[in-house]
Amino acid sequence: MSTTLLIVQILNGLQLGVLLFLIAAGLTLVFGVMDFINLAHGVQYMLGAYLAVMFYGLTGSFVAALVLALLASLGCGLLLEFVVFRHLYDRDHLDQVIATFGIILFLNQGVKLVWGAAPLSLPIPEALSGSVVLMPGLLYPVWRIVIIASGLAAGLVLYGLVAHTRIGMLVRAGATNATMVSALGVDIRRLFMIVFGFGTMLAGFAGIMIAPILSVEPGMGDTILILAFVVIVIGGIGSIRGAFIAALLIGLVDTLGRSFAVDILRLFLAPSPARTVAPALASMLIYLLMAVVLFLRPSGLFPARGR
Amino acid sequence: MKRLSTLLAVAAVTLSASAAAAQERLKIGLITTLSGPPAALGQQQRNGLQLAIKSLGGKLGGREVDLIVQDDELKPDVAVSKVKAFVERDKVDFVVGPVFSNILVAIMKPATDGGAFLVSPNAGTSNFAGKDCNANFFVTSYQNDQNHEVLGKYAQDKGMKKVFIMAPNYQAGKDSLSGFKRYFKGEVVDEVYVPLNQLDYSAELARIAAAQPEAVFVFLPGGMGVNFVKQFRQAGLADKVTFLSAFTVDESTLPAQQDAALGFFGGANWAPNLDNPQNKAFVAAYEKEYGHVPGSYAFQAYDAGQLIDAALKATGGKTDDKNALRAALMKADFKSLRGAFRFNTNHYPIQDFYLVKVAKRPDGKYQTEIAQKVFENYSDPHVKDCKMK
Repeated sequence: MSTTLLIVQILNGLQLGVLLFLIAAGLTLVFGVMDFINLAHGVQYMLGAYLAVMFYGLTGSFVAALVLALLASLGCGLLLEFVVFRHLYDRDHLDQVIATFGIILFLNQGVKLVWGAAPLSLPIPEALSGSVVLMPGLLYPVWRIVIIASGLAAGLVLYGLVAHTRIGMLVRAGATNATMVSALGVDIRRLFMIVFGFGTMLAGFAGIMIAPILSVEPGMGDTILILAFVVIVIGGIGSIRGAFIAALLIGLVDTLGRSFAVDILRLFLAPSPARTVAPALASMLIYLLMAVVLFLRPSGLFPARGR
Repeated sequence: MKRLSTLLAVAAVTLSASAAAAQERLKIGLITTLSGPPAALGQQQRNGLQLAIKSLGGKLGGREVDLIVQDDELKPDVAVSKVKAFVERDKVDFVVGPVFSNILVAIMKPATDGGAFLVSPNAGTSNFAGKDCNANFFVTSYQNDQNHEVLGKYAQDKGMKKVFIMAPNYQAGKDSLSGFKRYFKGEVVDEVYVPLNQLDYSAELARIAAAQPEAVFVFLPGGMGVNFVKQFRQAGLADKVTFLSAFTVDESTLPAQQDAALGFFGGANWAPNLDNPQNKAFVAAYEKEYGHVPGSYAFQAYDAGQLIDAALKATGGKTDDKNALRAALMKADFKSLRGAFRFNTNHYPIQDFYLVKVAKRPDGKYQTEIAQKVFENYSDPHVKDCKMK
C-alpha cells in the first residue's frame, strides 16, 4: 500500500461523499422540516440523469442540458408535491412510505417506457474531459474533481442560505418546531414547497453530475437512496451540517474499506479466507459505523436542536 | 339406412375432430425477465423468439402458435408460479426461458414435471449439464462456464503473465473467475469481488493501476459493465491494459458504452457479423423490426424457435408422443445462426467458441465481431456426470 494509492482512494472517497451529500441534503431537509419520509427522493436523482441525457440529445450542449434538466427536475418535483405529497403531510409515516414507494415503482417503470430499459450514457463535456496523472499508470478524470468541487460549492451555498438568510432561518425554525412557526404566521405550506423543490433540484443535480461517469438506467436511484438514509441518520435528521460530515465519512469509510480490507485482513488471515471475508466485511462497514454512531449518539452526530 | 346415417355421423364427427387436432394451436410459454435493470436482456429474448415465429410464417412445425409471454421479475418464486400456470392452466407444449440461472433452477421441476419441454435460450447451469440432467430440457446457448473459459484460454495462449480478475460477490461471479482460472495458468495478481450492482469502480481502478497487470478479466453484466467500461477508459487504463471480459461488452450494453468499449474483448458462441447466410438474414430482419443490433440473447431465442419448428416438422406437428418429440429435438435439424452445432448427451450444445472484439460499424452502431476461434466443437466437462445416453 503506497501513499499515492492512499491519496487516490481518499479522493475517490471524497467524490462519493459529496455525491451522497447532494442527495442527502434534500432528504434531510424534507425529513427534518416537514417530518415527511420521501422514499421517492432517489427517483428524483434518476430523473435528473435521464432529463440531462434527453436535453443533451436535443441541444448537443452540456451546459444547456444542465440548466434545462435542473429546471425540469424542479418542475417534476413541484408537480409531484402538488399532485401527491401535499396530501400526505398530515398522514402518518406508514402512509407516506407506501405512497412514495408507489412513486418509485411508477417512475422506474415510466422512464423505461419513455427511454427504454437499456442503459443510456451522457458524454463528459469536451472542455472537462481531460485527466490528470495522480499516480503512475492512473489518470484521474478532471470530471471527478469537478464533481468534488461542485459538491463542496453546493454545500457552501446551502450553508449560506440556511445560516444567513430569512428563509433559512424559517427552515431551521421549521426543523425545530413546525407547529410553532406556523402559529407565528408563516405560510408553512409555501415554505414546505420551497424546501421540497430545492431538495429535488439538488437530487437532480447529483444525477446530472454523475451521469457522465455512471450508466443512466431505471432503478439507479434505489441503491443510492439507502446510502442517503444512512447518511441522514448518522448526521442527525434535519441537520445540513450533519449530512455534510456524515456523507464525507460514509464516502471515505466505504471507499477505503473496499480498497484496503483485503490488505488489512491479510495481516492476520491466510490469503484465501481474507479474500472471501474482506468484500463482505467492506460492504458491512458503513452499517457497522451507523450502529456504533446510533449507540453512542442516538439522535445522530449533529441533531437539529429541539428534537 | 339408420345405420348408414349413424356411420356417416360418426365419420363426420371423427373427421372434424381430427381436423380440429390439426388446427389446434401450438402453445408456447415464454418466461423471461422484462422488468428491473436487466429487462433489456429479456426483451432481446422475446424479440428473438417472436422474430423466429414470424419468419417461419407465424407457424412452428406447420401449427399456428399461441405465444404467452410472462415476466419473471427476476424472482424465483414469481417464476415458479407463472410456469405452473403455463403447464396447468394453459397446458403449454413448450416452456422457453429464462435469462438468469437462479430462475432456471427454480422452474426446472414445475416445467418438466408438468409434461412440457423446457428450452433454455440462455441460462445453462452446471448441475443440469451434469448430475441433474433432464430428458425434457434442452439448451440452445452454452454451459455457463464456457464463455469465461474462452478468455482464460486466450490469455494462456497469448502467454500473458499477470492478469487482474474481478467479479461480483455472488455464485455466478465465483464460477466466472474459477472458469477463467481453469485455463489460465499465469499469475493472478489480484482477485477482487465487488458487491453486486456496485456502480463506482474508482477504488478498484486505482488498485488495477497500482498492480500494473498485462490484462484484466472482468465479469460485470448489465449496468455494472457499462459503468466499469466507461470508468476504465476514463482512467486511461484502456491503452495499457488488455480488457478481457464475459457478458460485460455485448449488444445489450454497447449502446451505452459506445466508444469507451472499442477494442475490448469478450467471449461468445456467436456474433452479429458471423459469416453465414442465415445469420445475415437474421441480423438484417432483427434490426429492421426492432431498431437495434441483436445480441446473443436474441440469437439464442431465435434458435430456440427454430429448434421447436424443426422438431415438430419431424413429428408431423404432433406433441403427444414425448419420446418421438425428444428424439426429434435431439437431432437439432435446422440451420442454426451460429453455423453447425449438435446436442451432447446432456442436451447442451457442442459448438465453437470465439474471442469477440467490440467494433463500430460504418452506420455508427456498435457490435461485437469475431476476432478468432478459441475452441472448436467444445463440449462442457460436466457431461460425464450425466446419466443420459
